[in-house]
Amino acid sequence: MKLRKIAELLQAEIFCTEEQLEREVPCAFGSDLISDILMCTKEPTVLLTGLTNPQVIRLSDMIDLIAVIFVRGKKPSPELIEMAEERDLPMISTAFTLYKSSGLLYNEGLRSCKI
Amino acid sequence: MKGSEAVKSKSIPEYWAIKPGFEEEIKKIINERPEPEISLDYEIAENDYVKTGKASSDVKFFLKKLGVNPEVLRRVAVASYEAEINVTAHSKGGKVTANIYSDYIIMMFEDYGPGIADIEQAMQPGFSTANELAREMGFGAGLGLPNIKKNCDGMYLSSEPGGSTTLIFFIYYEEKSYAAK
Ligand SMILES: Nc1ncnc2c1ncn2[C@@H]1O[C@H](COP(=O)(O)OP(=O)(O)OP(=O)(O)O)[C@@H](O)[C@H]1O
Ligand SMILES: [Mg+2]
Repeated sequence: MKLRKIAELLQAEIFCTEEQLEREVPCAFGSDLISDILMCTKEPTVLLTGLTNPQVIRLSDMIDLIAVIFVRGKKPSPELIEMAEERDLPMISTAFTLYKSSGLLYNEGLRSCKI
Repeated sequence: MKGSEAVKSKSIPEYWAIKPGFEEEIKKIINERPEPEISLDYEIAENDYVKTGKASSDVKFFLKKLGVNPEVLRRVAVASYEAEINVTAHSKGGKVTANIYSDYIIMMFEDYGPGIADIEQAMQPGFSTANELAREMGFGAGLGLPNIKKNCDGMYLSSEPGGSTTLIFFIYYEEKSYAAK
């Protein structure tokens, strides 16, 4: 599934370029616990999270994140946007909860990442 | 081997976890203390959730340039990052040394206390004393140390209440050596 389709399904606000929206997303993982995310993502994954501190972007230095989706109306600060740009990491933000966002994407066929 | 004096100390509680097949090689390293080809040092500050993780990403990118395979890079980065965060979240700050050899890396984290009351308990998945700030940042699942153990070929942890905590891990670049004797 393209990131663009994900953004549409989640009625998301976009914090990335048009080009980045064309990225292919094979699977997803959702959590607000960093150790959990580190333990569970072993393949390129899109991350759904309510965390918006700089460590979310730092995470993408360690593991292969295709994009970050902020849920429950959380939005990235200018500082975060700058960090993400440096790393070519697309970000989008949805008002939906983690549960609803995950359900919508899962229903459309986006699988869970292998854990 | 720089920073490895801690391995010798006797009275401080310690914990070892070595993957099957790596006992001999790691014992040899501890006895012979070979000089690393490259050694990188970083300070880690207490409660600095903007900067922390920088050392881990630096070391990862350094190994990447050396051509280490992506799965091993991920394991090094995850173990290092968990250890770096622990120094930031649970100690008064500390330092890390990454000793890089031609076929493995050793990373040594040492902090300025206050130490761990019970190492066995700290190693249990789910055990955490993370404070409010750390939890707000997304830490405190109690999975960091188990995650380090899982991603390393060898791990050493020593600490006592009131003292400093030392964590050392060993990761080989060739994963196939898992199967070797
Ligand atoms: N460097 C350290 N100094 C003092 N205590 C530590 C240190 N590292 C770990 N601990 C203790 O061990 C516990 C377990 O650590 P672990 O990394 O497994 O989980 P956590 O840091 O609490 O949560 P998580 O890593 O999942 O975000 C910590 O809560 C803390 O009590
Ligand atoms: Mg931890």
